[in-house]
Amino acid sequence: MAAAAGALRRLVRCGPQQGLGRLLQLRRGIHGTAPAAAQVTVRDALNQALDEELERDETVFLLGEEVAQYDGAYKVSRGLWKKYGDKRIIDTPISEMGFTGIAVGAAMAGLRPICEFMTFNFSMQAIDQVINSAAKTLYMSAGIVPVPVVFRGPNGASAGVGAQHSQCFAAWYGHCPGLKVVSPWSSEDAKGLLKASVRDDNPVVMLENELMYGVPFEMSEEAQSKDFLVPIGKAKIERQGTHVTLVSHSRSVGHCLEAAAVLVKEGVECEVVNLRTIRPMDVESIEASVVKTNHLITVEGGWPQFGVGAEICARIMEGPAFNYLDAPAVRLTGADVPMPYAKILEDNCLPQVKDIIFAVKKILNI
Amino acid sequence: MRKMLLAALSRVLQGPAAAARPVSRVVVASRNYADFTSEATFDIKKCDLHLLEEGPPVTAVLTREEGLRYYRTMHTIRRMELKSDQLYKQKIIRGFCHLCDGQEACCVGLQAAMKQTDHLITAYRAHGYVHTRGTPVREILAELTGRKGGCAKGKGGSMHMYGPNFYGGNGIVGAQVPLGAGIALACKYFGKDEICLTLYGDGAANQGQIFETYNMAALWKLPCIFICENNRYGMGTSVERAAASTDYYKRGDYIPGIRVDGMDILCVREATKFAAEHCRSGKGPMLMELQTYRYHGHSMSDPGISYRTREEIQEVRSKSDPITLLKDRMVNSNLSSVEELKEIDVEVRKEIEDAAQFATTDPEPPLEDLGNHIYKNEPPFEVRGPSQWIKYKSVC
Repeated sequence: MAAAAGALRRLVRCGPQQGLGRLLQLRRGIHGTAPAAAQVTVRDALNQALDEELERDETVFLLGEEVAQYDGAYKVSRGLWKKYGDKRIIDTPISEMGFTGIAVGAAMAGLRPICEFMTFNFSMQAIDQVINSAAKTLYMSAGIVPVPVVFRGPNGASAGVGAQHSQCFAAWYGHCPGLKVVSPWSSEDAKGLLKASVRDDNPVVMLENELMYGVPFEMSEEAQSKDFLVPIGKAKIERQGTHVTLVSHSRSVGHCLEAAAVLVKEGVECEVVNLRTIRPMDVESIEASVVKTNHLITVEGGWPQFGVGAEICARIMEGPAFNYLDAPAVRLTGADVPMPYAKILEDNCLPQVKDIIFAVKKILNI
Repeated sequence: MRKMLLAALSRVLQGPAAAARPVSRVVVASRNYADFTSEATFDIKKCDLHLLEEGPPVTAVLTREEGLRYYRTMHTIRRMELKSDQLYKQKIIRGFCHLCDGQEACCVGLQAAMKQTDHLITAYRAHGYVHTRGTPVREILAELTGRKGGCAKGKGGSMHMYGPNFYGGNGIVGAQVPLGAGIALACKYFGKDEICLTLYGDGAANQGQIFETYNMAALWKLPCIFICENNRYGMGTSVERAAASTDYYKRGDYIPGIRVDGMDILCVREATKFAAEHCRSGKGPMLMELQTYRYHGHSMSDPGISYRTREEIQEVRSKSDPITLLKDRMVNSNLSSVEELKEIDVEVRKEIEDAAQFATTDPEPPLEDLGNHIYKNEPPFEVRGPSQWIKYKSVC
């Protein structure tokens, strides 16, 4: 994979349709003009992004628990400490509030830190530094003090880790002006968004997903290049459709595509929108889709009240797309309980493919 | 700058350690700066030490030029804070206003010892530091009154003022300490021999994140001076009621510390030079406790006399006022005269009046500024107002 990428690398920005094109080609078993396309896991895509940005800009560094000598709690930073050393890859003690503040201060003083939370559940201990020190400072200083920091790590449910380790923070961080919040699904998303986040001069919260780390995706040659960026604030249409719009982020995007694959056999064409960015949200793309399909379903792993889906529904109501809805918008979310442990309970606390199919049929009255 | 004065009678007293020659005059036609000594040496209080064999020197040399500069700056800050008190009571300043009169020796002393290329961060009792780090008084007062000529264009207010190598002005108690260590990490990373002075109060000293920061700063040998401005009260709670150990200079445990007389500007300056040298040499962080006092209450909504006596405040004013201490030293050792210092008072008073005039007449920021400064280096976008029909453009 590395050899192919190195040999045929082009410095081209990958547009939103090219990656889709590649995915569709793969599904139909046709390989296009790029034998250099490769299967890359989300983990490896993140690792590539980190490596490339560390190499490109000396002010970029990574800090967090176990990121250096352990190669990363989830191996996302594998090999980086060996390559870049103690100055650029820093193992921290278990002191979230302390090291998050240190990351923010370093950003204020001209560095570009990447601050890893082992999971975003632990970011709650440091959330004051993310919101009050990072998000608000540019505004409070009237532009004098920018804070180019990236906070990243796994967000949301995993498998059997219990209530304290399964919360989704998309709504919490998405609530705050001054932050950018991104939520990748595929390897292309992961790599492109992480690189874009590092290069962004603003504080960015990147919500990864542990269960996605090991999932391979086809990555086009362009997506493997060193300057491949996914623009922050732009959603991607993963699948074109005409009957209903499914809007989602992170792992749920995969469930939407699975549901769409089942529904197509019954003649229902779902349009699947991958938000990619929670804040600033690409409402225009959702509106354009709803104008086309007249039906909207939002799918997320987080809790229902005051969530991402709730915001989407409110925004659709306020905009031109409202008049094109043939039915009220529907939200699929995590169940309104702390995450239980037993598998049967946990499975039923997140929107499953069958729930999406059910909701589509209900909204279309079939 | 120095005007010629006619003085009928002038007497010069020889100070305890002054090198001045004893002179007394009965009639003086005029007085010029050539009559003053150029420098004098003073005894300063020995600092208590923690994990250190030696501490800062016990004498300090003060030149005339330095003395006049420190005096002017301390007096400027004193008057600026008193003016802020006045403006607050007239309701021209709103919200929070935490004044530092009484603590002038801390900000001016630190600035005297640090380089302009060094960095400083503090909490909300910051007006003195905003000024010593380089922001003019008129921009500080205009920020307090919420005008567009304020140093943060009216967007920040009392607790959120920033300047060159000065990171505020922070409202969340203790949060500025990890930030300061992060700035120190950047200093070490860039290798330009810079340090970061990270300030917090006796109240904040009990915050957990400060201990997390001590640990990482010591572990990674960050060039950070942790400075506890101990003014004896965290809002309405005296140090004895808040801390199991009030030896704030020892609370860094494995970090060497010194306890400094924060009312004596020379003591602060010498201690800071000592600590800065320690940090710059790569030995890691140091902790300084500055024992100081605030005349005002915690903020303008606190009269400051329910938890301490008027007698206590009066005693500090009469025996330990930092400006009076400096003034007495300078006059007693012929570095300056009462008249010359009075001239400075008059100039400072005028400067503050002019600044207040600006701060009360400058217009408020335009409504269009409401949406600005959300993102840096972003193409212009729209920000939502209180309803879907109200939108503001956002640029930075």
